Amino acid sequence: MASEAHAETPALREQFDTEEQQKDASTLGMWIFLITEIMFFGGMFLAYIVYRGANPLVFAVASSSLNVYIGAANTVVLLCSSFTMVLAVRGAQLGQRQTIVLFLILTLILGGVFLGVKAYEWNEKFQEHHVPGPAFHFEGLPPELQGRAQLFFSLYFAMTGLHALHMVIGVGILSLLIWQARKGTYSAAYMTPVDVSGLYWHFVDIIWIFLFPLLYLIDRHLGK
Amino acid sequence: MITAAVQEREHYLNASYGIKSWLLTKDHKRIGLLYLATITFFFFLGGAFATLIRVELLTPQGDLVSSETYNKLFTMHGVAMVFFFLIPAIPATLGNFFLPMMIGARDLAFPRINLLSWYLLVLGGLLSLYAMLAGGVDTGWTFYTPYSTSYSNTWVIATALGIFVAGFSSILTGLNFIVTVHRMRAPGMTWFRLPLFVWSTYATSVIQVLGTPVLAVTIILLFCERVFHLGIFDPTRGGDPVLFQHLFWFYSHPAVYIMVLPAMGVISELVSVYSRKPVFGYHFVAFASVAIAVLGFLVWGHHLFVSTQSLYAGLVFSFLSYFVAIPSAIKVFNWTATLYKGSISYATPMLYAFGFIGLFTIGGLTGLFVAALGFDVHVTDTYFVVAHFHYIMVGGTIMAYLGGLHYWWPKMTGRMYPEGWAKLSALVIFLGFNLTFFPQFVLGYLGMPRRYHVYPPEFQVLHVLSTAGASVLAVGYVIPMIYFIWSLRYGKVAGANPWNATGLEWQTASPPPAHNFDQSPVVTHEAYDYSTVLGEVEVG
Repeated sequence: MASEAHAETPALREQFDTEEQQKDASTLGMWIFLITEIMFFGGMFLAYIVYRGANPLVFAVASSSLNVYIGAANTVVLLCSSFTMVLAVRGAQLGQRQTIVLFLILTLILGGVFLGVKAYEWNEKFQEHHVPGPAFHFEGLPPELQGRAQLFFSLYFAMTGLHALHMVIGVGILSLLIWQARKGTYSAAYMTPVDVSGLYWHFVDIIWIFLFPLLYLIDRHLGK
Repeated sequence: MITAAVQEREHYLNASYGIKSWLLTKDHKRIGLLYLATITFFFFLGGAFATLIRVELLTPQGDLVSSETYNKLFTMHGVAMVFFFLIPAIPATLGNFFLPMMIGARDLAFPRINLLSWYLLVLGGLLSLYAMLAGGVDTGWTFYTPYSTSYSNTWVIATALGIFVAGFSSILTGLNFIVTVHRMRAPGMTWFRLPLFVWSTYATSVIQVLGTPVLAVTIILLFCERVFHLGIFDPTRGGDPVLFQHLFWFYSHPAVYIMVLPAMGVISELVSVYSRKPVFGYHFVAFASVAIAVLGFLVWGHHLFVSTQSLYAGLVFSFLSYFVAIPSAIKVFNWTATLYKGSISYATPMLYAFGFIGLFTIGGLTGLFVAALGFDVHVTDTYFVVAHFHYIMVGGTIMAYLGGLHYWWPKMTGRMYPEGWAKLSALVIFLGFNLTFFPQFVLGYLGMPRRYHVYPPEFQVLHVLSTAGASVLAVGYVIPMIYFIWSLRYGKVAGANPWNATGLEWQTASPPPAHNFDQSPVVTHEAYDYSTVLGEVEVG
């Protein structure tokens, strides 16, 4: 065990004794951060459960106005981005700089595609007057149920909005990683930032895996 | 000269100079002092609001401020005290400074994130301060909807965003502490050799990490509703304001334990060192901290007994709330048992510890009163509740915070505080506190509602007593402020271990070197093993 303070490098900050200790600490830190994220989204999932339980039919009808095919396509895009992220991490483990950069860029592109599609969907909602507020109108629902439909879309925008915000942050992280990877910061000996950023990216992906069925698919069992 | 020798030795305060060496520091000890300065500011800000409240309540009429201003005063008192003083108080100052030292580490696991969390607290504080200066906010610190989303025309968003940002400070501090305790312990420092302050701070961190994100999302939904007209809590669209209360208290009840658990950790240290005995039932006290953290998440519904929550939910929450009494009582009984046949010295920190044990017991027992469904219906939103939580937060947390500050002051600064003045102010604070808040139990029981500045004349005597007590309390808080600053220059030079304590933080110089220990410590004995220090005689 080193007993004196030592020179600081990115792979071994001065507060740590060994590189392994630092990697363990960083990984644990990211997992705890992801737990906080679960609690964060958990508050909204709770609101969703309560309100859908109170208004199952209105939620199903409101949900039917979302385009399932676009949502499904976006799910595939995001799953692919998780796959390319894994390959980037693998590249880092092997210390292959070109591989890291290539797959990080692919992940970045897929993340960008997801956000573009999301923006297109949101824009459609604006044009259909499905955005909560004074101009809200949902075709085919009686006036007394318009408010309940607004509730669904309030949750839709809050949940997909915060998910998209996490994607934007992820895109920022990816850009930083790409820049650093090109400089040759990462090697088989030091790739913790790539590793923990991968954890974050997968987490954001998993949130969408829950959002997609809860927002797009709940009218399926109605047999309308 | 001793003074000259102390000044020559390099330590964390003189390792580098200049404002930049503080604002960009990664040293947990310096960051602890930055927090100390920040929360002291907010403490006196919140205290100023409290002063105005107490002065207004001297008479039954509203003669000093209007109802609107009064609403803003108690809101801003709550916001400043809860979010910018009590929650960061012990973990972010004493915890930041001493947690790494107590486990024998050079620093926290993530020093940059530690600095970031201080900046987040400052940013959040500035946002809230801006809201206060621009016109204030009048929703109460609880931000209940739909008043906060639809009706209040005060600075709700700026204040709420300030709390949101400060919340991230709290989350990152908790995360940092958890990783540090898991990964940075010195060789030989096993989990059951950790000082109990570390156990309670660890349990606190778990609450910060699990609870605060829920407050964050609640504030975001509030923000979305007020700014973007998303109707999550809007009853006209089928939304439920009670859902807001559930989400809010899911954080804000555990937040009470964020405030009081670290205080309990401080008391465990003090009771042990000033009775020269290991804490009685170490394992029970350690696990009681964890139990409080877990149970704290299961009782939030006792804040909603009269908020249309179902009777069955109320019954369950009432029942579960009683369980918190078990670990709390374990702690109080074990501290008392530690005193038994101890060699007790009545140093200032110990006086605060005695104050804490007594006041926390009253606060805790009245907690059982308000956890009882029937009684709570009678005293909901009265001064009984106000008195109850001030006994926990002021009588508990602030007493322990001041006790801890006195106890560790020699280590932080290398100087002793003046013992006579310190004992006097501890006494003044204890008397002033009881005179302020005990009459409020009676007021509340008689039916005085909280958050009103006009009241029936028969309540005046008790209100005057309470205001008189608040004046005494204010004096008690100002005295330490003065002598602590005085001691920085004129205080007696403290040795490395003025209390003959066992913690690792006392086995290095005062003030500590920048990297805490000249040689990484190796731990070979249990916590509070006084046989290892009893032989030493302090020179000085």
